[in-house]
Amino acid sequence: MGHVSRIIGPVAVAALVTPVTGQTADDVDALRAEIAALKAEYAQRVTALETRIDQLETTATVAAAAPVESPPPAPSAPARKSSAFNPSISVILAGNYADLSQDPGDFNFAGFMPSGGEIGPGDRSFNLGESEVTFAASVDPYFTAALTLALSPEGELGVEEAFARTTSLPAGLSVKGGRFFSGFGYLNEIHAHAWDFVDQPLVYQAFYGGQFGQDGVQVKWLAPTDLFLEFGAETGNGGEFPGTRLGRNGLNGATLFTHVGGDLGDSIGWRAGVSWMDMDAEDRAYEDVDSLGNAVVNSFTGSSETWVVDATFKWTPASSTRRQAFKLQAEFMRRTEDGSLAYDIEGAGLSDAYRSEQDGWYVQGVYQFNPRWRFGLRYDELDAGSTRIGLVQSGDLLASDFPLLLPASPSRITTMIDFSPSEFSRLRAQYAWDDSRDAETDRQLLLQYIYAIGAHGAHKF
Amino acid sequence: MNAFIRGLGLACALIVALPANAAIKVLATTSDWGSLVTELGGDKVNVYTATNPLQDVHRVDAKPSLVARARTADLIVATGAELEIGWLPVLLQESGNPRVQPGAPGYFEVTSALRLLDVPTTVDRSMGDVHALGNPHVQLDPRNIAAAAKALSVRLAQVDPPNAAFYQQRGADFQARWQQAMARWTAQAATLKEVPVVVIHRDQTYLVHWIGMKELAAIEPKPGVPPSAGYLAGLVAKLGTSPPRMILRNAYNDPKASDWLAERVKAPVVLLPFSVGGTPEAKDLFGLFDDTLRRLQAAAK
Repeated sequence: MGHVSRIIGPVAVAALVTPVTGQTADDVDALRAEIAALKAEYAQRVTALETRIDQLETTATVAAAAPVESPPPAPSAPARKSSAFNPSISVILAGNYADLSQDPGDFNFAGFMPSGGEIGPGDRSFNLGESEVTFAASVDPYFTAALTLALSPEGELGVEEAFARTTSLPAGLSVKGGRFFSGFGYLNEIHAHAWDFVDQPLVYQAFYGGQFGQDGVQVKWLAPTDLFLEFGAETGNGGEFPGTRLGRNGLNGATLFTHVGGDLGDSIGWRAGVSWMDMDAEDRAYEDVDSLGNAVVNSFTGSSETWVVDATFKWTPASSTRRQAFKLQAEFMRRTEDGSLAYDIEGAGLSDAYRSEQDGWYVQGVYQFNPRWRFGLRYDELDAGSTRIGLVQSGDLLASDFPLLLPASPSRITTMIDFSPSEFSRLRAQYAWDDSRDAETDRQLLLQYIYAIGAHGAHKF
Repeated sequence: MNAFIRGLGLACALIVALPANAAIKVLATTSDWGSLVTELGGDKVNVYTATNPLQDVHRVDAKPSLVARARTADLIVATGAELEIGWLPVLLQESGNPRVQPGAPGYFEVTSALRLLDVPTTVDRSMGDVHALGNPHVQLDPRNIAAAAKALSVRLAQVDPPNAAFYQQRGADFQARWQQAMARWTAQAATLKEVPVVVIHRDQTYLVHWIGMKELAAIEPKPGVPPSAGYLAGLVAKLGTSPPRMILRNAYNDPKASDWLAERVKAPVVLLPFSVGGTPEAKDLFGLFDDTLRRLQAAAK
């Protein structure tokens, strides 16, 4: 390394300095002349080509005008209206009927600080889901933009995603800015209506409150190889769980990810990836009940680092007319949080060191046994690990003062069957045995509908 | 130092010159367009076909391998008319390749050079998989192939200017051979005029229209909608009075419904390649029509 820089240094300096010397000035002139010659040659070629294209077009029109035995019908006039520039609109309507053996009101993940997002199976009986409206269009030759609004059943309008992305950067680069779902892992970027189960895996719920999206910037680079090889980096305001809005300038939090993918023979496509996320939390508060039964608010301050490994295989037999398919996917996440934990910030206000190492994973398979029917099976598991709480180690408080942080390993088994009359409608039945809580198993039956109206969406792998 | 600068200049010149010598990379969405690009580009093009002839091109996954191919492609040849709408936009978006975005010379839709049939006056999803821009299954009318070839030759020259003369010459050669073959096929097709047939999906429309066969009914009540038992019973009753001579099934179609109907209306099912590679005989575009007509004539005897 030292040798190389010792050699490169002088060479680079010399290269910068040399143009002032007489001899190289001649060389520069010679180069200029060469470039001018090249330019002239290319200009000639372009003119020649233009002439050729003109000729070809003329012959083409002549040929078209020549009588054919039975000419195809005349084309209908293309629409020339100002509305042609309207963005494409698609609307997703979803809802479910839930039959839950445990009270969904006290759902939590044993052993995990609440992520505050969409966790648990939702309410009992009939529920309207989030209605999603997406507008998308090209902005100009350089950008496309999309806005996804989520209308909650209570009528609150939320901006789920709103971003623009580049379309004309060279060398496989693309930049996305605004609010968007992060590109780490596999499932995070996928919208709810395209999930293979009614709900997200436990690990997504516990680690990200369902899905991680923030206001920020993403840069992606796709390698120019036959193997799919993608690298991405993101940063933003860092305000979403596991981070908190810090109110400072600059980049808050960082996410790096890489994905690799390809084919195994004609019928199997695969993709695998590794992602890393580093976030900062300041006074990230959550509610718990101490050993005396008092409701307390505790808070975490420190760093939160997450590793994600994901792999997906999709089998679609290329030489069969039966339209069967099988998709196997799995993701593993490990999170390390290091900092301090404050107990009862509204009262006692004690604080000491805190460190946790927690992980979670899921594996799921979905088998399309008929063009319209699919069957799915998923297994979920979380491990709360062994959390070190300074206040407990010092003897100031008991482990039972932090009941949510007691060691636990929630798990769940989910089965699902769905029927899709067309590409735009899906009816699904899902049954799960959910051991997320310390309490008894929650047996969850969910019947769901998903309808898509408007523009025909394209789906990711 | 002079050597260094010259070397740098040479390197730059090489980088500029390199694409002129290397074959351009083309990503074709179907085997038909892959075959057409090979006909027109010879060894100046390196073609990758995104789908298998037995796949339904409307329902394909945006596989990572395809995104990777879109990244390095100099030209994408698609059918258009919304046939690939479920996956091609993802490839384009994820590719990070400005050369092949819609509007750029490196993005070519075959249907942009053709007049489409079945252009609906109104569209609504209650009508099934209707295509607002017209029927996109254009490859089974040889006149469409000729028109597509003309436009594609021009586009190849535009994408790869140093070889423009080559594409022009090769395109002219293809047109000559195609016209010759078309004369033969037209003569063969004459024997099939007015033959009553039943189709499965509206994707044989161009073939039926070109030959002048009589389409009595479609097994799908609406495009993309599988037939119910009641609908099929109605179809049997309707066809009882005017039976078809044959039922046309594409290689990619599930044989169940057509076999069921064939048994009841006592008409043979004719398996057609539909796309290059759909049958072993349909090795290229010439083979596609040779084999299609051979199979139709054999069934009409």
